[in-house]
Amino acid sequence: MQTFFIVAILLLGFLITFQIAKASEYVSVLRGEDAAKKNTNKVNAFLLLAFLILGLIGVYYCNERLKGKILGESASVQGVFIDNMLWITLGVTGFVFLITQIALFWFSYKYQASDTRKTYYYPHNNKLEVIWTVIPAIALSVLVGFGLFYWFKITGEAPKDAMIVEVTGKQFGWEFRYPGRDGILGKKYYKNIDPAKNNPVGQIWDDVANHDDIFVEQEMHIVVNKPVHLIIGSKDVIHDVGLAHFRMKMDAVPGTPTTMWFTPKFTTKQMQEKTGNPNFVYELSCDQMCGKGHTGMRGVVVVDTQEEFDRWLASKKPQYYAAFPDKDPTKPKTDTTATTGASAMSTQMKTRN
Amino acid sequence: MSMSEEMHIQPEITTTHEVHHNEHHVHHHKETFITKYIFSQDHKTIGKQFLITGIVWAIIGGLFSVLFRLQLGYPNQNFPILETVFGHWAEGGQIKPEFYYALITMHGTVLVFFVLTAGLSGTFANILIPLQVGARDMAAPLLNMLSYWFFFSASVVMLSSLFISTGPAAGGWTVYPPLSALHQASIGSQLGMDLWIVSMALFVVSSLLGGLNYISTVLNLRTKGMSMTRLPLPIWAMFFTAVLGVLSFPVLLSGLILLLFDRNLGTSFYLSDIVVNGQILPNEGGSAILFQHLFWFLGHPEVYIILLPAMGMVSEILSVNARKPIFGYMAMLGSLFAIAILSFLVWAHHMFVTGLNPFLGSIFVLLTLLIAVPSAIKVFNWLTTLWRGNIRFTPGMLFAIGFVSLFISGGLTGIFLGNSTLDIHLHDTMFVVAHFHIVMGVASFFGMFAGVYHWFPKMFGRYLNTTLGYIHFWVTMVGAYLIFWPMHYEGLAGMPRRYLDKSSWVSFSQFGDLDKMITIVSIIVFAMQLMFVFNFFYSIFKGRKVTTQNPWGANTLEWTTPIRPGHGNWEGEIPEVHRWPYDYAKDGREFIPQTEPVGANESKH
Repeated sequence: MQTFFIVAILLLGFLITFQIAKASEYVSVLRGEDAAKKNTNKVNAFLLLAFLILGLIGVYYCNERLKGKILGESASVQGVFIDNMLWITLGVTGFVFLITQIALFWFSYKYQASDTRKTYYYPHNNKLEVIWTVIPAIALSVLVGFGLFYWFKITGEAPKDAMIVEVTGKQFGWEFRYPGRDGILGKKYYKNIDPAKNNPVGQIWDDVANHDDIFVEQEMHIVVNKPVHLIIGSKDVIHDVGLAHFRMKMDAVPGTPTTMWFTPKFTTKQMQEKTGNPNFVYELSCDQMCGKGHTGMRGVVVVDTQEEFDRWLASKKPQYYAAFPDKDPTKPKTDTTATTGASAMSTQMKTRN
Repeated sequence: MSMSEEMHIQPEITTTHEVHHNEHHVHHHKETFITKYIFSQDHKTIGKQFLITGIVWAIIGGLFSVLFRLQLGYPNQNFPILETVFGHWAEGGQIKPEFYYALITMHGTVLVFFVLTAGLSGTFANILIPLQVGARDMAAPLLNMLSYWFFFSASVVMLSSLFISTGPAAGGWTVYPPLSALHQASIGSQLGMDLWIVSMALFVVSSLLGGLNYISTVLNLRTKGMSMTRLPLPIWAMFFTAVLGVLSFPVLLSGLILLLFDRNLGTSFYLSDIVVNGQILPNEGGSAILFQHLFWFLGHPEVYIILLPAMGMVSEILSVNARKPIFGYMAMLGSLFAIAILSFLVWAHHMFVTGLNPFLGSIFVLLTLLIAVPSAIKVFNWLTTLWRGNIRFTPGMLFAIGFVSLFISGGLTGIFLGNSTLDIHLHDTMFVVAHFHIVMGVASFFGMFAGVYHWFPKMFGRYLNTTLGYIHFWVTMVGAYLIFWPMHYEGLAGMPRRYLDKSSWVSFSQFGDLDKMITIVSIIVFAMQLMFVFNFFYSIFKGRKVTTQNPWGANTLEWTTPIRPGHGNWEGEIPEVHRWPYDYAKDGREFIPQTEPVGANESKH
């Protein structure tokens, strides 16, 4: 019913507007076209000026309404660079925006057709052209300069002491792997991926570096003020690790690992206090369209203090023990004739073949 | 170029023109409905065919945007009518995610390629090039006709993909593999995707046939005295557009053919290390990023393929209606050339966060921001053209002014995105959506509307209803800013694009009211465009008749043809050109047509 009304109202508005338009054309013919044209010219010139003024007020109003809804202070050290760059760019472009828009609409209003005005024949002036080639070029060089200065700081080598986390995207969720005590992520091969055998990222169990790697889903824990180096991949289509509060983003590409690193500045708890929102969490959004579940491809990033993080990590068991429960030293052995890791591997191979 | 000049120097060749023309005249009377309106080789008719097909596509593509705006503005509301029309795609009156992604994919594809490429440059290159350079038709009228019919068949294939059970392509208009390559990854990556590729292949053929024709016509068929530097700016713009298309569309085609192989023949150009739906694929060694390089090697010039014709037409319309020469003709030309060259060297700015080498990224930052320089030159020249003019606000002129305003707004946000540092945060957010809709979508539409209002009298011998034109302009102008200006804030908050429901997110759910407002405004703006379409078709048959040959008092050659020119355009000889096209307000005269010889006492500029 509601849709019917909307359609009916639109149609009616349509008809009325058309009738007015048709009538006004007849009227203009009756009143003498020249007079009518002069009149509409004045009206439109005035409207252009009004559009400029109301538009600028609108820009201000829009900013007042929405500035509180965009992100607050950056939650990472690198994000501060990006915010600085944003302000610099906003300053330069905002200035150009104002002068060019004001000139455009003001000239349109001021030089509206008039019988008394003598148009100025002014086909070119090379000096002016040079001025407005050189000035934008300088302004843009400044922007490029700042931009690249920050860009190389952000994309440069991760610090040696950075904590490593592997992030894997899949339709439609996130998986994380921590290197464990040895600090090394074990090798993996995508054909080993088999969630039924507790091997969701395809770790190669022959590689001992894998034996202490810890696997978690959907929630990534990192440590405040400690650089974190993400090794990013994907199992199926291209995803993107988007961390709006940290101002970071990197595609997850199947077959081609990518990396990014950043240093979180505030723990999740601090952010909850800062934003006054007890439900605040850092979210990991998929920013590259990946299929029907794209909108819901949400992960959570928890920024802990070092102690909190250590406690959390200690509560997790290496994935190796999930794949081979018998190897788990903390678990009492139920079967004394347990198969060895190697023979378990070979059965795994057989089942796949 | 030299050939055509030689031809004109020899008087006997001119007689050939005469004979040729008479032939045409005879031919004219024998024309049937089919040869005149359907399989026509007349560039004017082909231009109109492109325009009308473009309009039909614009309605479809625009309607799709209204549908997904409904979802975005009212994510939890049911619209039973949607289920009535779309069946299981909108079960319970709510758009399903699969359908949502199909809608945005088709909206993008249709508007970028079918409306703003074929509908815009196909229309105006066809109508304006022969008329403004002084030619009886295109260099190869048959190929020109084929160009339209390849476009038409591309349209048929794309349209048919909307009606198959698995639906059309749904991987976004950029169709990045592996999503678009894997049947298992998305329902839209099944038959719909193959049809998409076939349709785009036909489209590329159409674009090449058209483009080669435009280039050869501009180079070879200019009338006597029409040197390259006397060409009106729309012709220069169409010329560069055609060159861009000819050089970049084949790269897209090659990329799509490899995609077709990956989809159906088991090759691994773009595929590697994939486990999809629990199935381990054998493909190894391909690169998903390779496709993005191939795609954006077309994709970025494509932005300028869309924008340059609008720039050219706006330059012409601003000058005619300000009754003042375009300021800095050579600078305008130089900046068009610079934009055309640079547009080939910036494609990777779409790929800053794909894992691209940061050093390579920095080169692309430099080249991308370099494009802002010729763009700035153009803006300042347009502003100076208005300065101390005597401006007539026809609907075409208003749209031209609107174009400049939108081009400034959207161009400046490009400086944010082209800078890789900021792109890390803004990439693939609503900021990008707002940016390219303003600068490429709405601005180019404004250029197109300006062109339609300005040249409608030439196309159909009648005027569009002017009052409706003014209403159309004001609603669209205000609406465009209302829709896209606040959208930048969503992007600054990091809200990713292509999210159909933000309510489950802590970080992006704060813009509900804004999304509602945008939806309502976009419905109004869409309704306004329907009114324009109505005005368009109504005026073809019932519009006020044009009674003078040169209603706008313009200098260019198209206004020296009869009010309703036949095939061959000029009844007698093709006029000779003696001056550049922008002698407005010179020596106290309002305008001096290009055909008027330079007087002995005339001042030099």
